[in-house]
Amino acid sequence: MPDDGLIEVPLTINGAAVSVRVPPTDRLLDTLRYRLGLPGSKEGCGEGECGACTVWLDGLPVCSCLVPTFQCRGREVKTIEGVDAATLAPMLESGATQCGACTPGVVMMARWVAEHPEILGSHTMRELLAGNLCRCTGYDGIVEGMARMVGPKGTHHGGADSTEKKSRGERV
Amino acid sequence: MMAAGGTPPTPMAGCTDVLAHWPGNLAGKERAYLDLSGVGELRGVRWTGTHMQLGALATYWDVVTDARCVAEMPLLVAAARTIGAVQIQSRATWAGNIANASPAADGVPALMALDASVVLVSGNGGAGGLEREEVRLDEFYLGYKKLRMRTGQLIEAVRVPRRPRSVSIFEKVGARRAQAITKVGAAIARSDAGWRVVANSVAPTVRRCRAVEEMLEAGAVVRSPLGFAAALAKDVAPIDDIRSTAAYRRAVLGRVLYFALRGKAGVV
Repeated sequence: MPDDGLIEVPLTINGAAVSVRVPPTDRLLDTLRYRLGLPGSKEGCGEGECGACTVWLDGLPVCSCLVPTFQCRGREVKTIEGVDAATLAPMLESGATQCGACTPGVVMMARWVAEHPEILGSHTMRELLAGNLCRCTGYDGIVEGMARMVGPKGTHHGGADSTEKKSRGERV
Repeated sequence: MMAAGGTPPTPMAGCTDVLAHWPGNLAGKERAYLDLSGVGELRGVRWTGTHMQLGALATYWDVVTDARCVAEMPLLVAAARTIGAVQIQSRATWAGNIANASPAADGVPALMALDASVVLVSGNGGAGGLEREEVRLDEFYLGYKKLRMRTGQLIEAVRVPRRPRSVSIFEKVGARRAQAITKVGAAIARSDAGWRVVANSVAPTVRRCRAVEEMLEAGAVVRSPLGFAAALAKDVAPIDDIRSTAAYRRAVLGRVLYFALRGKAGVV
């Protein structure tokens, strides 16, 4: 660590190589929002409960409020700003968003499932969305939008149509 | 290492406990942290002929997505899937769950029911080389947040013996199914080594319920949840806290065990 107490962290964000100098206490969420001008990831709870800050770290969804930025050296981060907006139409059309606070996190989870539909062989969409709290929609719109985003790929694994409708009554 | 103070550094890996409410909870503590996340040798799940070995950086998601774990150690997979959500499972480590030593830990009872042991590694006083010690997980907790571990030792791995298990049950009672911290929990396994019944959130540490295990070994007839009450009075010591009450925990643990075990051993 240099004398100013800052740590140099080279990493890849949304496909672009960047390097930031951060205090050791910076969380990835802080670095994204306040040093890199990427305010799309939201801070809800700051303790890993709500999922509004969800990003991908080396291809897996994580709560960016629980990642120290210095742990991201040489790693790859994808944020809501790196998602192609055109892929979100199914969610908008399904009533998956109202106030929007949870939406960036929900989208990062939904896109992850859309890119890894094989996970629906072992997990329901509701289990995969368990880490994204929404206080507006009642979740049905989110699950439906995610199912439509995953598309027929998901149905091969019993995800979108067969499992989800049956699990509507489950507590999540 | 960061924020060096006088105390030995606390290892950090997945940071799902360390970073909650960060850095507010850091200020008063002046703690030093040792970041393990770059040590590649500590990653992942490894299989040998006799053991499954979780490196200190192995996450819950590593186990959830390991086909051999799904087939051979479903108890671990069941436990992992109840912990937080995918965003937590992708970061949180089994070793961190052990070291954090919460009585409500969900990974620990599953590992303990499978006779896991903890591999501790330490430097050899600067003489070069490493010293290793292996401690059974069911002997690792000496009291609330007290570990059988010396300053300078680090959890390097968790080892789980591979053996056929005819029973693998993971039960968790929380305020809701997802993202909840356990009010009452149990992990139950049976193998040639015998019955293992491990409870969490009902004592200062996660612990084996040895009196219940003895009942099951003996095939004692249990006709209702109350049939476990006398054994549980010896095995657990729940308290009232923000999540539940001692009375609820005692009553519900008996019910959890009874309904999970109905039709097995002497439980009718």
